[in-house]
Amino acid sequence: MQEMIKATNLWFGYSEEKKSVLNGINFSAKKGEFIAVLGSNGCGKSTLAKHFNAILVPEKGQVEVCGMLTSEEDKLLDIRQKVGMVFQNPDNQIVATIVEEDVAFALENMGVEPAEIRRRIDEAMEKTGVYKFKNKAPHHLSGGQKQRVAIAGIIAMRPDCIVLDEPTAMLDPEGRRKVLKTIKSLNKDYGITVILITHYMDEAAQANRIVVMNKGNVVKEGTPKEIFSQVEMVKKLSLDVPQTSELAYEMTKLGYKMSTKAISIDECAQQLYDFLKG
Amino acid sequence: MLKDITIGQHFPGNSPVHRLDSRIKILVTIAYVVFLFLSNNVAGLVLNVVFVLAIYGLAKIPIKMLKKSLKPILPIILFTVILNLFFITGEGTPLFHLWKINIYKEGIIFCIVMVIRIICLISGTSLLTYTTSPIELTDGMERLMKPLELVKFPVHEMAMMMTIALRFIPTLIEETDKIISAQKSRGALLDSGNFTDRVKALVPILIPLFISAFRRADELATAMECRCYHGGKGRTRLKQLKITGNDITISIVCVVFFAVVLATRFVFPSLI
Repeated sequence: MQEMIKATNLWFGYSEEKKSVLNGINFSAKKGEFIAVLGSNGCGKSTLAKHFNAILVPEKGQVEVCGMLTSEEDKLLDIRQKVGMVFQNPDNQIVATIVEEDVAFALENMGVEPAEIRRRIDEAMEKTGVYKFKNKAPHHLSGGQKQRVAIAGIIAMRPDCIVLDEPTAMLDPEGRRKVLKTIKSLNKDYGITVILITHYMDEAAQANRIVVMNKGNVVKEGTPKEIFSQVEMVKKLSLDVPQTSELAYEMTKLGYKMSTKAISIDECAQQLYDFLKG
Repeated sequence: MLKDITIGQHFPGNSPVHRLDSRIKILVTIAYVVFLFLSNNVAGLVLNVVFVLAIYGLAKIPIKMLKKSLKPILPIILFTVILNLFFITGEGTPLFHLWKINIYKEGIIFCIVMVIRIICLISGTSLLTYTTSPIELTDGMERLMKPLELVKFPVHEMAMMMTIALRFIPTLIEETDKIISAQKSRGALLDSGNFTDRVKALVPILIPLFISAFRRADELATAMECRCYHGGKGRTRLKQLKITGNDITISIVCVVFFAVVLATRFVFPSLI
């Protein structure tokens, strides 16, 4: 499969702090993957994410996006068009006073023809389910709706990859569910590579692959089953496991044999059922 | 409570005035102000009043709004009246004389003319914001000021700043509300004490507000960069402004009106 993003031996430190934030990270994302990045606060997840579309440039090492180096100044706009980014606070990402104008912002910047802009924003708004709010003012929308508008603004660029930095952290459960549904559909139905940074383990459990970070390094990588079955390791990194793994883990500790690999609720229920049946 | 404030109120509608191209609307408003102050005779002033009222009717803006927009400037009107009444000296004997105060006929006439002009000025210019959405307004301004780019004036940046400011007014108002509640819950006394106490009480509201505004600005800048923002160069727009038949008709009517107002200067005797 084609490599979408490839970071090799990436080092980075903010100049005002002495300590470096990223210590030689190797990371790669293949086309069409859904990757979740986990890690406690301050472990460098967001800093890593900002390297994927050249908002930050590595001190040492390199980041390659579709074969383009992020350190190449003249490729900047191409890279940003390929890799879109969504942040935590939807309020601080919306530029225009009307939803459709905001979705069009990126395309206006790219110099796309007006008729083509219209076509693409309608498509982007359909995909994220915000078409019905297209003439509304952003401050009249709920957090989840605003976040989907922000995602639509990115999707309109037709990126190959979308990086989401804790997009659901400020949302209520309903908004969270809808945003996650949108993200999953972008990955599944439209083949967009998704890199999701999150603190919610149930969101991470839906990814193809999980990357666990700690103190500026990638410490673990694997499928959700591989990661979450190592309950003690995950807890040591001050992270959580999904409730299903937690249940199995606690049961095992009490001497009942249950596999922590059952992550989905259905699997877990089946296991419990089998167990109770004897 | 702060949420009720609206700046540059807009009344959405679909009248010919609403549909008028924002560039023409801005130009007509400016021209209107100029010709308002050029009309110095009875006919000219009457025409101006009729013109404003006619547009209010055409745009279906309730006259109630007119009253509302005039209320805040009442002190200014009174001030102008009093000042002009006492300080304008005319020929002949004063109409009213008390100690050092003299009121002349010329003063009274001048006052009336000024009051009519100020009322027309405010109601005419508020029509612009009533009938044009903020985004159309900034868009129109950006396009009208385009020639200034030749002298290196940052037209696009100005328009972008205005758009962002308009976008963040409701967000920051909401935030102010939250900060006020937070400070009140910690025992801040905002509504009591004398004037200096109240001003001092604003400090713990403004500082968090500023800090948060800077943080927002930083995040917004990153988000804009992520969406390929690189200034006004090579930028296209979603909404193209097109001159339609409606625009041409209204423009012609306005030009005729302005010509007539100008003509009255030569036909009717000047009042002032």
